[in-house]
Amino acid sequence: MPLVSKEKLHWAYERMTLIRAFEEKLHQLIPQHRLPGFAHLSAGQEAVAVGVCAHLDDKDFVTSTHRGHGHCIAKGLEVGAMMAELYGKSTGCSKGKGGSFHIADLDRGMLGTNGIVGAGLPLACGPALVAKVKGTRQVAASFFGEGATNQGAFHEATNLASVWKLPVLFVCENNLYSEATPVEYAIKITNIADRADAYGIPGVIVDGMDFFDVYEKALQAVERARNGEGPTLLEAKTYRYFGHYEGDAMKYRAREEEQKYSARDPTTNFKRRVLAEGLLGALEFEAIEKKAVATIEAAVKAAEQAPWPRPEECLADVYVTYP
Amino acid sequence: MAKREITYREAINEALRQEMERDPDVIVIGEDVAGGAGLPPEMQDAFGGVFGVTKGLLGKFGPGRVWDTPISEAGYMGAAVGAAATGLRPVAELMFVSFMGVCLDQLSNQAAKLRYMFGGKAKVPLTVRTVIGGGVRAAGQHSTIDYSMLTHIPGLKCVAPSNPYDAKGLLVSAIRDDDPVIFCEHIQLYNMKGSVPEENYAIPLGQAHVMRPGTDVTVVAFSRLALVALTAAEQLGKDGISVEVIDGRSLSPLDEGTILASVRRTHRLVVVDEDTPRCSMASDVVALVARKAFLALHSAPQMVTPPHTPVPYSPPMEDFYIPSSQRVAEAIRATLEARV
Repeated sequence: MPLVSKEKLHWAYERMTLIRAFEEKLHQLIPQHRLPGFAHLSAGQEAVAVGVCAHLDDKDFVTSTHRGHGHCIAKGLEVGAMMAELYGKSTGCSKGKGGSFHIADLDRGMLGTNGIVGAGLPLACGPALVAKVKGTRQVAASFFGEGATNQGAFHEATNLASVWKLPVLFVCENNLYSEATPVEYAIKITNIADRADAYGIPGVIVDGMDFFDVYEKALQAVERARNGEGPTLLEAKTYRYFGHYEGDAMKYRAREEEQKYSARDPTTNFKRRVLAEGLLGALEFEAIEKKAVATIEAAVKAAEQAPWPRPEECLADVYVTYP
Repeated sequence: MAKREITYREAINEALRQEMERDPDVIVIGEDVAGGAGLPPEMQDAFGGVFGVTKGLLGKFGPGRVWDTPISEAGYMGAAVGAAATGLRPVAELMFVSFMGVCLDQLSNQAAKLRYMFGGKAKVPLTVRTVIGGGVRAAGQHSTIDYSMLTHIPGLKCVAPSNPYDAKGLLVSAIRDDDPVIFCEHIQLYNMKGSVPEENYAIPLGQAHVMRPGTDVTVVAFSRLALVALTAAEQLGKDGISVEVIDGRSLSPLDEGTILASVRRTHRLVVVDEDTPRCSMASDVVALVARKAFLALHSAPQMVTPPHTPVPYSPPMEDFYIPSSQRVAEAIRATLEARV
């Protein structure tokens, strides 16, 4: 187990627990039609988001995906504003104009969840280029699923970042399924990390169910980026507990497979190991868990009570000025 | 004092140079915007853009401000969008507008919508310089106009200068604007000379230019065809027909006021556009006038456009395809002869 400060461990468990509580709550609420739209939940993948974002601060930018609630929470976004956004309320972080697909907070370095598979990789090269031009030590990280690595945007962005030696982490969350299509069907190599070889950058396999493995290898990639040595492709082998979208009957995967991964649950394992090492106590864990549930309950209550946006608000924010 | 004349190409280069001097956040990105990247210094800046528009910028500002890219439009356009949203003011070159298909997601889904989808919390001060237009025997994938498609996208602005003076002033405004602006350079205009002040100046976006005042017919034309329309107007002037020619140089925002005021005076409209006719700038201007100045019209508006086909290669076909001053003159006469 790598050396992680007590404060960082506390933060990591708090963020992972908050992500889990957020996603599980949505899993309850969506079938009740309590909120509009649809959502893609990231429960099971918490260790990837938190293990990477543990090394980033507000000045480091992240681009995310349709399955992006976890990345937002790991990046420090306020869950009340996120929940209100999912409810389409005026208090949402995007004023109800974005929903689950477009949660952003540039002050916290979140350049948005995204509705287009693979689109976030070229975007992340942007803040990385800014860092390079301005000579700061900022880095960018782009999260994406294994399905995105079949998009041209993946290949263009990784090559561009390699050519320009950009300080960026490409974090592939290989959760084994692109919608309902198994990875074995759509990708004819075993490890997506090997795709890094084609662009002359390191490709590193990470156990996405293990916070500490993600934390350790992401740290190396972030340090490499901050030191001006260029991008890294991390492939986190992970699993999503829920369907592609809420309402997905998941006919394409076996219950045994789901049990195999839930036995390696990232939050449970984190807790067991940290308790065994005596780094945090049982009472601290209990307090974090209770607080997460209470935070999410409060976020839901506030979102449900918040006002709808006025219809004519749809006219605002298209342009900064027009003409 | 003699007015200085420079080319359209030089005017754009000068705008870039002056804006890069003024603002260190302005950078240039694109394929071979310098050329010879990584080679010994004497071999660098080999192209300065395939049309030589960015020539000399590398030498003046260095590789930290002038970024040659791989042939990778989706990659570098996305990087430019992300950089615009997080602290730079990039000018990305898209070698031909016909190539927008390979990076359209980054333009239409990202650049155009980030601000809106994030509830106004982002701005994307990106300029995309691109080359439009036919007449150089470059066939279907290197001759298109396509600005109507880009104008159709809320969140993008779009301008198409018809002369060196406008090219400089509009590019300066495009770069300083906090929204994404598509800047359309007509391939046939690069060597056109015109009077351009040396000092930096900005032409506001959203303003049409009345090139020639007139009383009988309003002609709204775009990009190079504004010059073609002017030729037609001059010819007809000899026959006593007074044609007002409006250069619709700002496609989005469109200067509706200037167009409508003109039609209310002349009562007749001809729109001249090199883009294909369906769902185009031409049809948009006709629809605008039909909606807002219908009772002012004394005859049906005319559209002078190419046929609804791809751009052909062979000279006889391409010359037939692109609207000529003769076709514009015929359309003007038609609006004068016909009555509603």
